[in-house]
Parts: sequence; structure tokens; C-alpha cells
Amino acid sequence: MDKNANIVNLIVDGKEIKASEGANLLRVCLDNEIYVPNLCYLKEMEHPPASCRLCFVAIEGYPQPVTSCTEVVREGMVVMTDTPEVRRLQKSAFELLLSVRRISFCKTCIANKRCGLQKIARFLGVKLRVAHLNRIDVDREVDHTHPYLDYDPDKCVLCERCIFVCGNINKTPMLSLAHRGLNTSVTFFESAAILENSCKGCGACVEICPVGALTLKSHNKVTG
Amino acid sequence: MEVCRALEQGDKEEERILSDISSSLKLFERKRSNLIPLLQMIQKRHGYIPPMGMVLLAQHLDLSPSHVYGVATFYNQFRFNPPGKHPIKVCLGTACHVKGGEIILENFERKLGIKAGETTRDREFSLDRVACVGCCALAPVAIVNDKVEGHMTPSKVEGIILSLEIEKEKKKREADKDDTE
Ligand code: SF4
Ligand code: SF4
Ligand code: FES
Ligand code: FES
Repeated sequence: MDKNANIVNLIVDGKEIKASEGANLLRVCLDNEIYVPNLCYLKEMEHPPASCRLCFVAIEGYPQPVTSCTEVVREGMVVMTDTPEVRRLQKSAFELLLSVRRISFCKTCIANKRCGLQKIARFLGVKLRVAHLNRIDVDREVDHTHPYLDYDPDKCVLCERCIFVCGNINKTPMLSLAHRGLNTSVTFFESAAILENSCKGCGACVEICPVGALTLKSHNKVTG
Repeated sequence: MEVCRALEQGDKEEERILSDISSSLKLFERKRSNLIPLLQMIQKRHGYIPPMGMVLLAQHLDLSPSHVYGVATFYNQFRFNPPGKHPIKVCLGTACHVKGGEIILENFERKLGIKAGETTRDREFSLDRVACVGCCALAPVAIVNDKVEGHMTPSKVEGIILSLEIEKEKKKREADKDDTE
């Protein structure tokens, strides 16, 4: 908690909580051991992209649930993280996310056991293979063009975390989202010759990826 | 420098385009909000945006090349391959989509050996997808050399490419004849 900020009182799931005025609601929940599913938020973000649509909560006085990563705490706020409506929204958002991914390979994926999707699936009681939605097989190839990194677009959840952390290290991120619609993917831009001079392969983006979409090349060599 | 290395690899034509881009970049202030106007300028002057053009643009605006690429690929108005001598556009608007426009596109792709947005190696043909071109009654529609081709079928795709190739042969033969005379 920020020592200099005003303290506000709020209630989350019946629990009284104190937090700094203007703090991010999702972060306050997580800091107080109230888990709200989330994939795209990082605490350093000033303007969270709110792209994963998983962190819904119900706030008293609001007509419908809202994403908690885009809310700030206010005095007297009453928040519920576990209403049927919230859970339904989270399940739908999560299943839609899964329906465009190749899920069959958890066992061989480097993110197995630390994957953000596995955690959320367990929490929401949802299967990773969604039976009632048509799977969209985009089936794109792994991008090997980068000198240090490999990128699997069919594993990526487009949370933009990698872009954010890279932008924190470098003046301007070496990664970016490209294309659109179902073809949206993270791009390094084609020319490896140029990248050699900019990305040093620090691996921060690999570290922050909540799934196994970005991997360091050396890892792939070791495990084949 | 890395830019020069890539320049060496490109062909003469691309070199000319890149030096044109370099000099026109200078006319634009180095601010981020100029990103899209600059992309539009390059597209308008050259009919496409070469990869190295995006790198030059990125350097001018102090952005990473992947950022420029990311923004450019979001919009349909930008091409990344030089336009072919015979541009082919397949309509995938609502009516054409319902009437099987995808199949027509697929046929062109297979016949030409390129994907939408690409150009054949010999730069004869380029292929693009477009949204409604305003003659839905003729769906599915393709536009070949700015001429509307309605009620497209796979066999019509064959026919169009064949007649363009024959025409090319004929022109070539005539030119050869002129040479020998
Ligand atoms: S390895 Fe480091 S510098 Fe390279 S893209 Fe990832 S975060 Fe950016
Ligand atoms: S590569 Fe990973 S961190 Fe980057 S957008 Fe995809 S899922 Fe998120
Ligand atoms: S964490 Fe809020 S939308 Fe992703
Ligand atoms: S949808 Fe193709 S012409 Fe209208």
C-alpha cells in the first residue's frame, strides 16, 4: 500500500479491506488473497489492455459486471467476485479463448503445470477442451524467424504482456501485435538481420508469457 | 549498417523505391501521429510498402520496425508486395461470401500459386481480397484488370488466367517478329 495515499475502505465478498485511494481494483483483490481470474493484467501497467475479459466482478450500483483491472477502488465500494452472473461471463470468455487454441499438447508444452490457462480452468471448473463450441482451427505455423525466440500463434492468448514488458526494457517494444481478427498474432517483424541489433534475447517476454507461446530457442534445442 | 545490408539484397527497382522513401520521409515531422499518413504516402507513391520501407519509417519515427508492421497489417489498404501487371481482386463482401467467394479466391490462389495479398514471382499477377464492390447481383464477383467479372466459377478462373497468358504469349511473339523484321 502506498504510504502517502489516502486510505479508503471497501468490501469485497463481505470482507472489509483497506487500500490506497485510486489503486487498481484487481490488484487490491489479489493482494488480499481474493482470486479473480486474469491473464492480461500486470501490476506495472498504467493502462491495462483489458483484452482477456476474465477479471469480471460485480460492483454495487453498476448495472452489470465490469472488468476489475480497469476499475480503481473508491471509499465505500462494495464488490462481489463470485456472483452467478460473473462466473457465467468468465466461463464464456474463457471458453471462447480456448476455442481458437490448440489444446491437445499440454503434456509436451513447456508451460505445463505453470500455465495460466490450466490454473483458470481448474478455478472455474471448465475443461480445457471445450466440447460445446465449434473449434476454429486456424492452424498457423510456429514462427522461427527470430534469432532468439520462437512463437506459436496457436498457443498465444494475445494478452500483450510480452509487448508490455519488452517496452519497459527497451524504449520501444521489439514485439507488436500484427494482422487482425482470427489472424491476429505477435510479430517480431520479418527481418532477423535487423533484430540482431535490437533484441538481445533477454527473455523477459518469455518469462511473462502466461502460456507457452513464446519460448527461447535454446530451450527448444534441448528438448527437441 | 543493417539497412545497407538489406539494400544490397533487394533488386534495383526496390533500391529506387527505398531511396525515394528516404527522401520523402524527410518532409514529415518525426512524430508518432505521422505513422499512418506516412504509410499512406508510401502506399500511394509505390503501390505497396516494402519491408525495408517500414524499417526506414520506423527509424524516422523512432519506433521499432515490428510496431510499424503491426499497425500497417491491421489495415486492408496497405499491400506488402508490389502490385502485379494484372491485379486480381476477389470480392468477399456479404453477397459474394454467401455465393462462395472464398472458393473463387481459393481457385485463384491455387492457380497462381500465391495467397491473397501476394504477387507472383514474375510480377504478372497480384491477388487481393476486397469487400463489396457494388454489384452484388453478379455475385460472386472478381475484378481483373479493373474489369468486373460476374458470376464467377472455378472454370471461369481457369479461363481468365489462360486468356491473359495467351495474350502475353501473343504480344511476345509479335514483339519477336518486330525484332526480326
Ligand atoms: S527477448 Fe527481451 S528484448 Fe527480445 S523481444 Fe523479448 S523482452 Fe524484448
Ligand atoms: S506471446 Fe504470450 S505474453 Fe505475448 S501476447 Fe501471446 S500469450 Fe501473451
Ligand atoms: S485481466 Fe482484466 S481483462 Fe484481462
Ligand atoms: S458483396 Fe461482392 S459485390 Fe457486393
